[in-house]
Amino acid sequence: MNMLTISGSPHVHDDSTVKKLMYGVVIAMIPAMLVSFYFFGLGAVKVTLIAVISCLFFEWFIQKYILKVPVTINDGSALITGILLAFNVPSNLPVWIIIIGAFVSIAIAKMSFGGLGKNPFNPALVGRVFLLISFPVQMTSWPVAVPLFGEALTDAITGPTTLGFVKESLKSGMTVAEAMAEAPSYMQEFLGFQGGSLGEVSAIALIIGGLYMLFRKIITWHIPVAYIGSVVIFTGILWFVNPQQYLDPVFHLITGGMLLGIFFMATDLVTSPINTRGMLIFGAGAGILTIIIRIWGAYPEGVSFAILIMNAFVPLINRGIKPKRFGEKIVNNK
Amino acid sequence: MCALKTFKLGGVHPPENKHSADRPIEVFPIPKQVVIPVNQNLGAPSSPLIKKGDMVTAGQLIAKGEAFISSNVHSSVSGKVLKIDNMMDQTGYKRMAVVINVEGDEWDGSIDKSDDLKEQITLSREEIIKKIHEMGIVGLGGAAFPSHVKLMIPEGKTAEYLLINGVECEPYLTADHRLMLEKGKQILIGAKILMKGLGVDKAIIGIENNKPDAIKHITELAKEFDDIKVQALKVKYPQGGEKQLIKAAVKREVPSGKLPIEVGCVVNNVGTAFAVYEAVQKNKPLIERVVTVTGKTVKEPSNFLVRIGTPLNELIEKSGGDKEATGKVVSGGPMMGKALNSVDVPVVKGTSGVLLFKEDESVRVEMKHCIRCGRCIQVCPMGLEPVLLTQLSERGRWEEAEQEMVMDCIECGSCHYTCPSGRPLLDFLRLGKAKVGQLIRNRGKK
Repeated sequence: MNMLTISGSPHVHDDSTVKKLMYGVVIAMIPAMLVSFYFFGLGAVKVTLIAVISCLFFEWFIQKYILKVPVTINDGSALITGILLAFNVPSNLPVWIIIIGAFVSIAIAKMSFGGLGKNPFNPALVGRVFLLISFPVQMTSWPVAVPLFGEALTDAITGPTTLGFVKESLKSGMTVAEAMAEAPSYMQEFLGFQGGSLGEVSAIALIIGGLYMLFRKIITWHIPVAYIGSVVIFTGILWFVNPQQYLDPVFHLITGGMLLGIFFMATDLVTSPINTRGMLIFGAGAGILTIIIRIWGAYPEGVSFAILIMNAFVPLINRGIKPKRFGEKIVNNK
Repeated sequence: MCALKTFKLGGVHPPENKHSADRPIEVFPIPKQVVIPVNQNLGAPSSPLIKKGDMVTAGQLIAKGEAFISSNVHSSVSGKVLKIDNMMDQTGYKRMAVVINVEGDEWDGSIDKSDDLKEQITLSREEIIKKIHEMGIVGLGGAAFPSHVKLMIPEGKTAEYLLINGVECEPYLTADHRLMLEKGKQILIGAKILMKGLGVDKAIIGIENNKPDAIKHITELAKEFDDIKVQALKVKYPQGGEKQLIKAAVKREVPSGKLPIEVGCVVNNVGTAFAVYEAVQKNKPLIERVVTVTGKTVKEPSNFLVRIGTPLNELIEKSGGDKEATGKVVSGGPMMGKALNSVDVPVVKGTSGVLLFKEDESVRVEMKHCIRCGRCIQVCPMGLEPVLLTQLSERGRWEEAEQEMVMDCIECGSCHYTCPSGRPLLDFLRLGKAKVGQLIRNRGKK
């Protein structure tokens, strides 16, 4: 008999790998990516390619020449960051700005902390917020959606997002009804026929991706449900109290980066809490912060900031919130 | 039959691979020589009663367990004692064992070797406990805890349920499954004896739903006992864990650091129930058991009725195990079994299976950085945080590991099984348990 291998149990493994998880996320992003190509054409293709290639390049360069560690750019995580970064910017963003965004995402937000698994903040979101603050003009002029074989809703070339437009209208004293009259219909918003960053426009594509990840068990239901739940309850109360001034929950969910954030950024394995009780708190906190920023903040959109703030709370949540222990409940032995 | 039940927290679904489920139990030929370790159970070793050159019969007491948690050991064969020496056993250490050269197959006269079913339970409660002690019965599910100790209910506690564990949630293993199909009646009588020994009037036999034939068979047989119920359980590992079985069957959670009796339950394996039947009704000590021999490199996965002390090597040869292609041999199941460094070691009371892995199945997956996905927490049936406990172990922060309840770990391996980064979580948890255990014992000394 050969030399026998000795190791502690268990002696079997479920064959899951980090790579499989990451490429699962990539597959889940394909519907939203195709929608972005459909509505924003070559601009979207260009932004996506540049973001992905730059992210992969920076990760490769840093691992090979600075950290001098094995290169792991094929594990899919830099690919996800690249796609997510592209999803979070307008389709007419200049190439050099995209490259800066990729650099911030990978070099600062990820590799500085030690790479995959060590970063406290979602890399793509750090990149996006950096760009939003540094290049506010370029980052907030969104090309209007032009379907591949159809016509745009307006003659303009660029315009605000639906969310930004409605919020400005409300600020200028219009009622909700007046503001909404000029916005795309809910059905158009649901399908993605609206201005915005690449990946955020189509609710249906994001929901398909989210369900795919839930089905493949790449993510659990806890963060999306807590996030959506808190948004619906919070905005629902405001809307119920004053429907003239506050937008309804459905509008909040299908506009802006809400669903993109809920399914693809809040659920990031690395930067969300490790146990499911913590995930519920994380999701609910992100939902409430998003709405506070959307309604009372200076920016029309609050998803990125909300998730980054909750990322910062994750170590505290992990420390303070423990999973339900077996035998925790006092049992009445009768 | 009631609806399927299971435990709530965690759990995984490893592929079942029960290749030997259709193979009837085969009586394994008596080997030329047996090596019977004097310590086969959880607890103190027993002291040998015989010496070199003695002639023994099958069933003769050869080592007596004197400590409270210890167990008697009997000769499994008839023949001549070659030596009493330190011999390698499944732990990988050399420990005291009795080596017997087999001559014929002569049994101790008091043992009823016949197959006649003996239903009438004549012994009293005290006599039952004494008999189980005498006959060296230990838990056959794997841990080999002396069975008579389980029947002695501590002061102030009351037993309410006897749970018979027919779950066999470990992949590959089929010994309990076959035993339920072939010795169902004996198992039920064994359960009745255990009920009498405990003084309880309710018993539940838990069987996982991947053995519908066993559920049907035992349910049919149990009809004549109105105090024994069969409970079908959902297939989920580790359903056969004592605490998980109790939770599923009677919805009670054994508190941290406590025994099942705390919630009025005592759990015994179906194999143990069968051994109890044989001990009490047939006066037969625990000298043989059913062992599954299986794995991808085994030509004919089998269930053997094997004399204690038979070398594993012979089991592997009989079932056509391809030694050249085998890279790892595990005693027990793939989730909790122990990898052996040699196959020249004997079958002991706790050996439920011998599992052979191919070369490429023998090595662990490559370890990567933790990505903090939390899967280890989601699958932990005890609600622990293996990722955190691993970090604490790596840093030697034992007090914190104790606070984070590392001692509650049942070592089921679900965390390591499911980690996408292939991290050896259970290795670190075991280290933590050992160190924290030391801490607690030292504290007791002060």
